[in-house]
Amino acid sequence: MTKIDNTSFKGTDDYVVSEELMRAVNISIALQKPLLIKGEPGTGKTMLAQAISTTLNKELVIWNIKSTTKAQDGLYVYDVVQRLYDSQFDSKGVDDIKKYVKNGKLGEAFSSTEQVVLLIDEIDKADLEFPNDLLWELDKMEFYIPETKETIQAIQRPIVIITSNAEKELPDAFLRRCIFHYIEFPDQELMKEIVNVHFKDIEENLLQQVMDAFYWIRGLSHIQKKPSTSEIIDWIQALIIGGIEPDKIKEIPYCGVLLKKNEDIDAMRESLGK
Amino acid sequence: MFSSFFYLLRARGLDTSLNEWLTLIEALDKGLSDSSVTGFYYLSRAILIKSEVDFDKFDEAFLEYFKNIKPSDKLLEELMEWLEHPKEKIEKPLDMERAELNRKLSTTDIEKMFKQRLKEQKEEHNGGSYWVGTKGVSVFGNSGYSPKGIRVGGQSRHRSAFYVAGDRKFRDFRNDNKLDTRQFQVALRHLRQFSNRIDAPKTELDINGTIQKTSNNGGYLKLVYEKPRKNTVKVLLLMDSGGSMQYYSNLCSSLFQAVKKSNHFKDLKIYYFHNCIHPRIYTDPTMKPEQAIDTNWIFHNISSEYKVIMVGDAMMEPFELMRDNYFNYDGATVKMSPMDWLTRLKEKYKHIVWLNPTVRPTYYSSLYETYDILEKKFDMYRLSVKGLELALKKLLVSK
Repeated sequence: MTKIDNTSFKGTDDYVVSEELMRAVNISIALQKPLLIKGEPGTGKTMLAQAISTTLNKELVIWNIKSTTKAQDGLYVYDVVQRLYDSQFDSKGVDDIKKYVKNGKLGEAFSSTEQVVLLIDEIDKADLEFPNDLLWELDKMEFYIPETKETIQAIQRPIVIITSNAEKELPDAFLRRCIFHYIEFPDQELMKEIVNVHFKDIEENLLQQVMDAFYWIRGLSHIQKKPSTSEIIDWIQALIIGGIEPDKIKEIPYCGVLLKKNEDIDAMRESLGK
Repeated sequence: MFSSFFYLLRARGLDTSLNEWLTLIEALDKGLSDSSVTGFYYLSRAILIKSEVDFDKFDEAFLEYFKNIKPSDKLLEELMEWLEHPKEKIEKPLDMERAELNRKLSTTDIEKMFKQRLKEQKEEHNGGSYWVGTKGVSVFGNSGYSPKGIRVGGQSRHRSAFYVAGDRKFRDFRNDNKLDTRQFQVALRHLRQFSNRIDAPKTELDINGTIQKTSNNGGYLKLVYEKPRKNTVKVLLLMDSGGSMQYYSNLCSSLFQAVKKSNHFKDLKIYYFHNCIHPRIYTDPTMKPEQAIDTNWIFHNISSEYKVIMVGDAMMEPFELMRDNYFNYDGATVKMSPMDWLTRLKEKYKHIVWLNPTVRPTYYSSLYETYDILEKKFDMYRLSVKGLELALKKLLVSK
């Protein structure tokens, strides 16, 4: 417990964290299990790893997952084609396989002598089988390279944060090994805190008007893409630059910043009675 | 210890495994419950539940298990024991203030106070559903609530477990509820069959071919590439539009958006009909006459390898389904009822399913006659995430 206290995560100056999320992070660190984060786009899933790395003063290793990413890519890459080509032209060191084996992001995190924060970003982007291929590696924090007959074992178990947009369902076996947290959309009070982090001297009146308008739009039933945190921040920026009076905010000026679809803007205008 | 909670969760349909349960026990041993029921709530949820879809079920079960326990219950004592447990292990408590508070009170004092407050609150509040979370926690100096559940310290988000669970704000995420486009999209990804017989550039290294060619080349490297494997599924979506389908327009539009966005199909064709397949079919849901095409055209131009998804409520006057329409077929006037069209459709396309946005009500109405007829004729599934998944599975297997 004292150990947890030393490495406890409490959010940073520019990342406001909810109580529940803070608990989940600390649980995952203490149990040394990956933390799986889900939530609406724009609720700061990716930012979390950054904040953890800043608070705990640990290096951040980011593994961005794309639809073409394979589990193997994260462990190591054996550049067999390069080696074949080199062998044709009698380059030196062709017999040294290690020269052609390069660490992936997971390998990098394992080989680091200091504990790092490893972010596996948007794991659901990859193929359906992808998470299953990483079960052993994330459980035991080691993998074997047949080409060099080496086992890479984590010197310090990294803190693993995994984010998902729920584009694909993740396999059960994988989920069972994770600590799970769902980031809810911030309520007004938390949102105010978040806004205050970005705009230190915002007027209370303006902020309240913005909040009312913002949550009113989010509450409209026929909006397809609800505006999120990053949108409210951009919107406030626009309002401040445009010098909009707080009592004009009800009319939702610069609504294009908040709503990105024409249908949504029309729907909002309709509800506004314009 | 507590294992009945584990079985309750499983009985409530939560797929919690023994491994996860053991992890929770380990976490409790490490004192991660933060010496509070609120902490226990978040801890157990984070470890045992792996989808926001199940949060609501978990909240329900949590309430059910902990709400009606009498303060004197053995279980509560056991719980208290657990929550106190870490104190024996830790030499230095986390928080000095808390330590001070704890030091002044003996354990029995705390428990006594705790039980007493619980009693009070039970009388003041309906059912006293907040009890442990609020009072117990505050005695342990953790979350700081007044008896009425108003925050006096800490952060506003620092809520008691029972308040959070009682809120049941994850109700919307249950998957028997309304769903959004993304969930449909996820389901639609199941609809795929890979093949490399496609028109695409050769971009993937063919290892076997490379070895073969290199050997033939006297040991000098010769690389061979092959076409990547891609999805070959073609989809024909036929949607009922207008009339009784208006009620389900949101649901159908979600499905439509999802199908449209699913760019993994080799080809996608969407047409609209009203109630049933008539000699004319439409390219637009508004079904204006100028957008009409001959249904026959579909049969001639869309090959039988397409997988067909019909969407409709299958409810109409029986007369509409069975009546004969005269129409010009290959120069001769023939008689075909909408039912005949459907039969023809089913004969041509071996992979065909029907998604229905509604369930058949139990009371009688002539409208449901057609529902029954069509349900017998087609593999009919409910238009929900579950139903769609089942339907897509059906589409992938040949009969």
